Amino acid sequence: MTSAELETRGWHLSFERMVWLSLSLLLVLVPHAPRMPAWISVLFLVLAGWRLYAVKTGKPLPHRYIMGAVVLATLAGVYLSYGTLTGRDAGVAMLAVLAGMKIAESRVLRDAYVVVFLGFFLVVTNFLYSESIPTGLYMLVVVAVLIGSLVAISTEPSALVPQRQLRLAAVILLQAVPVMLVAFLLFPRISGPLWGLPKDAFSARSGLSNTMTPGDISGLSLSDEVAFRVRFDGEIPDNRELYWRGPVLWKTDGRTWTAGESFRRSKPIDFARRGSPVDYVITIEPHQRRWLFALELPATIPRMATMSAEFELRSVKRVRNRMRYRVRSYTDYQIPWISRGELTEGLELAAGTHPRARELALKWRRELAHPRAIVEHALEYFRDQPFVYTLTPPLLTRDNVDEFLFETRQGFCENFASAFTVLMRAAGVPARVVTGYQGGELNELGNFLTVRQRDAHAWSEVWLGEVEGWVRVDPTGAVAPARIESGMEAAIPRTLGPGALNLQPSEPVRRAWRSLRHSLEALNNAWNEWVLGYGPERQRRLLNQFGIDATDFTRLAVWLIFCVLALLAGTSLLLSRRPRTRDPAIRAYRKFQNKLARAGLERAQGEGPLDFAKRVIRTRPDLALQVSRITDMYVSIRYAREGGDARILNRAVAAFGIQ
Amino acid sequence: MTAFQSSEARISGDNELVRALNDAIEDASEIVLGKKHAIRLALASMAARGHLLIEDVPGVGKTLLAQALARLLGLEFQRVQFTSDLLPADILGASVYERETGAFRFHPGPIFSQLVLADEVNRATPKTQSALLEAMEEYQVTQDGETRPLPAPFFVIATQNPVRQVGTFPLPESQLDRFLMRIDIGYPDANAERALLKGRDRREHLNDLAPCLTPEDLIRAQVLASKVHVSDALVAYVQAIVSYTRNAPHYELGLSPRAGIALVRASQAWAFMAGRAHVVPEDVQAVLSGVVSHRLSPVVDSPPAGDNVAEQIVQEVDVP
Repeated sequence: MTSAELETRGWHLSFERMVWLSLSLLLVLVPHAPRMPAWISVLFLVLAGWRLYAVKTGKPLPHRYIMGAVVLATLAGVYLSYGTLTGRDAGVAMLAVLAGMKIAESRVLRDAYVVVFLGFFLVVTNFLYSESIPTGLYMLVVVAVLIGSLVAISTEPSALVPQRQLRLAAVILLQAVPVMLVAFLLFPRISGPLWGLPKDAFSARSGLSNTMTPGDISGLSLSDEVAFRVRFDGEIPDNRELYWRGPVLWKTDGRTWTAGESFRRSKPIDFARRGSPVDYVITIEPHQRRWLFALELPATIPRMATMSAEFELRSVKRVRNRMRYRVRSYTDYQIPWISRGELTEGLELAAGTHPRARELALKWRRELAHPRAIVEHALEYFRDQPFVYTLTPPLLTRDNVDEFLFETRQGFCENFASAFTVLMRAAGVPARVVTGYQGGELNELGNFLTVRQRDAHAWSEVWLGEVEGWVRVDPTGAVAPARIESGMEAAIPRTLGPGALNLQPSEPVRRAWRSLRHSLEALNNAWNEWVLGYGPERQRRLLNQFGIDATDFTRLAVWLIFCVLALLAGTSLLLSRRPRTRDPAIRAYRKFQNKLARAGLERAQGEGPLDFAKRVIRTRPDLALQVSRITDMYVSIRYAREGGDARILNRAVAAFGIQ
Repeated sequence: MTAFQSSEARISGDNELVRALNDAIEDASEIVLGKKHAIRLALASMAARGHLLIEDVPGVGKTLLAQALARLLGLEFQRVQFTSDLLPADILGASVYERETGAFRFHPGPIFSQLVLADEVNRATPKTQSALLEAMEEYQVTQDGETRPLPAPFFVIATQNPVRQVGTFPLPESQLDRFLMRIDIGYPDANAERALLKGRDRREHLNDLAPCLTPEDLIRAQVLASKVHVSDALVAYVQAIVSYTRNAPHYELGLSPRAGIALVRASQAWAFMAGRAHVVPEDVQAVLSGVVSHRLSPVVDSPPAGDNVAEQIVQEVDVP
């Protein structure tokens, strides 16, 4: 079909329409841009720009062979960048490029619809990374723009007015709100992801998990979300002592660390304690799991919690709401006990993994007799070799320990802890990985610490024999002492944020800032609880109050359809019955009428405002002044040449009251 | 009430003129007792440059009203009694051969006056009726190829017996449309009738009346009335009324666009006489029965007719 034919059929994708399409897709992809290699963004822009250039100048669209080549190049590029073609990140990158290609090859209206629906799909991919309120709001805007694009491709090009389209899109969105709410409340919730979300999709959401794969903790480190707050009874211990113990990991498959089998006793053994105890109360944010965190090493067990032999605190129920618990810890301690099972498991390595690391460790073992010396030597190794502590380590695709130790040498705490533990085990020193948080931000106003997700940390514990017992070794400290001594902030400076501004704000400013932060946190909390946390359990409880059995999906679906239909019917009835008015004068006068109607003075149908006022005054002479003033203003706004100010009328109506 | 009255009495342009018109209404209602509303409608019709059709049984004061108005407004007055043998020339005038000059000279008929009372217009033949109605529409008379303008102001009050009386030629709908309003006077109420019976002859009283306005004043009033503001909201109301009559099942035909224009003009005049610079829905409602009752023919088996038509419309159509 020639473009002239397309034009006559109204299928022609004009420049304006193409701008709409390209812009809306660009908006969808903007949040992805920092997460993707730059070449993908550039490729997308080139493809969209090509299409715009082509429509502007009348040049032909890219040839099929070129597009084919681009597809192959993209596949190769994504594979090179990510080491895979599947998973969340690689998949999103592929989608981004393919969306650009779809724009580039769009010829007829049908293609444009495909592009818009692709845009809707890309909106969803953003929620794989963030489910925060700002993301939600931004995506709402993006959806509005996408609907605006739909309007644009359905409108005569000559009639395009961006503001009007966006307003129309906003109206459409608003009209969809009731249906959206009903669908949100009634759509069957399934425990667990519906379509098998890629595993990496959850890394940033719920804090630490009971496994550790490279990338998990560094993903957390971008998050400012509060993990928990700690209020100390006495002095706050030194930052170096602030190891918040979480899940202890034993098993490794060479890449991922997991907690392993639960052969251990559920009761902890006594440990040797020295020095004075530290008493504190922790307020933990909901993280949907059971872990509770405590300063190493907890000596008491809070109510509704248990403690494992590795001194992990676990809540009896999942932490779905904020929870407070009190713990007493001793920062100076010794755990001089190991079970036979632990002794074997503490030395296990996945078969056939990390050959070079094992070789190095064996060498150490031959040279050094005592475990203590091996540990020292390993830490020495980390210090001497050019290791770099970084939030954004290069992706390790093969043997992650060997690659890290001997090639890239750039890593985050999880890389260090993992590599160190492997080295120890290979050298015959029983070792385990401990995950948790390290440090915390001191709140100057109160005697409390705020521990955020970015304080997530991993370290090792090694068994140094009966005398010393399990000893904490933090290889990260060897490479980046600042991380341990002054916290995350000092180790990796953040470019922005209140911490970066080295200001001493005055008290009122600080108070305002704090209250703002608190209200934002409360808002976030509600969002988490009611929007993100609206799972099967919550749905069941909510719907039960209305007598709906949420476990029966068929019935739920019937309810859903019924409610949507009822909503639509109600809306159409409302729209047909009551003519909508934008005129503020009419709205104010209606309010006035309603007030009088409540006093039994109803305006008859077809009764003019002056007649009505006369009748009202005849029955209620006491209202004469106000009624005649309001009527007078209304009549002059509506009917007189000079008009009047509807706001004054509105104020008069607001002040009008009947005893 | 005080604050309210002030709003209604907002004088548009010419205070004196409005007062004089209202004086005229007062004076006329001394003659035609208890018929203030009909008189006001008649005067509004004059202020709107429209002709008036009065339909009523004989003896209720149709002629008296026309005479009173003529006198109060200082208008030159002619009355034509329509009969079945009345010819167009009897109204318009005719060219007569004069022997002294040897030429035809036009003798103007009774229509060449400022206020013409066409009594019992439906007793004349359609030919005669249409001669009158054409003159009314065009404000001129064409006779023997010569066009002669009618005086200004020019105003026709036609009276009509109820249509079903014997020996009448009912005016066709297209002709009825030429009248801005049709009103009926009706019997006086008990009080008025008692005063009527006790008092002296109304016609004598008529001679005592002093004109309240001059014909020039009336023309000025017509100009000012046509400038009374009609807001969008009011137009919307008139439109709602018109479209209601077109869609409602009670009428054979809805109101024509000309009827809509008539409604607006009459409302303007009514508002002017109330001293307002703008038209309000109440003005429309006040003139509605006069403007629409002769333009809407109810479907045979649905009862509303006359005033009921207007009442029904007022009740059915929302004031926007």
